[in-house]
Amino acid sequence: MSAFSIGEEVRIRRGDPPGHVRTPFYARGKVGVVERICGQFRNPEELAYGRYDGPAGTLYRVRFSQRALWLDYAGQPADTVDIEIFEHWLEPV
Amino acid sequence: MRRHHDMGGLDGGPIDGRDHDFEPWEKRVNAIMRLLGDEKRQLLRVDELRRAIEDMAPEEYDEAGYYGRWAGAMTNLMIEKGVVTIDELRAKLDSVPLKDDGQ
Repeated sequence: MSAFSIGEEVRIRRGDPPGHVRTPFYARGKVGVVERICGQFRNPEELAYGRYDGPAGTLYRVRFSQRALWLDYAGQPADTVDIEIFEHWLEPV
Repeated sequence: MRRHHDMGGLDGGPIDGRDHDFEPWEKRVNAIMRLLGDEKRQLLRVDELRRAIEDMAPEEYDEAGYYGRWAGAMTNLMIEKGVVTIDELRAKLDSVPLKDDGQ
């Protein structure tokens, strides 16, 4: 049911669609690792326009190195941030 | 293109960490939002509220503050869904006396 597995590297798409988008701009195009599969949820991009009966999609929690996100990151090398991302925003690395 | 609300990574300035109470109008906005979205009415969901907030003009977004954004977004959504009309809102607003400070 899920296209990606825990521990797998994934890249967030560089998409820039109009409308309500939950994927942070700073993370687009970045590579992280699937930390967990959160479950099946309806797509907020559709819910945002009152379309409540669409299909559920897989939501993942993806872990990124802070240094991978910010070129000038001055914290510890091991620092990470977790972002919850829907499957349609992810692509294999 | 990065949209205005999508501020992750930008310098947002210092954070005011002091506790504060909410103004009565802020509590009322919160209550109205819960009522509009409750089981009985189902007139909005949080995703719609977010969408309407994100559609605000950047200057309006910055000036409105947290519950001001909720109030503006709820109003736009209720107009969009035909729950209230702009004329009804204007008539109601015209009937409410302004406070001395014009707020």
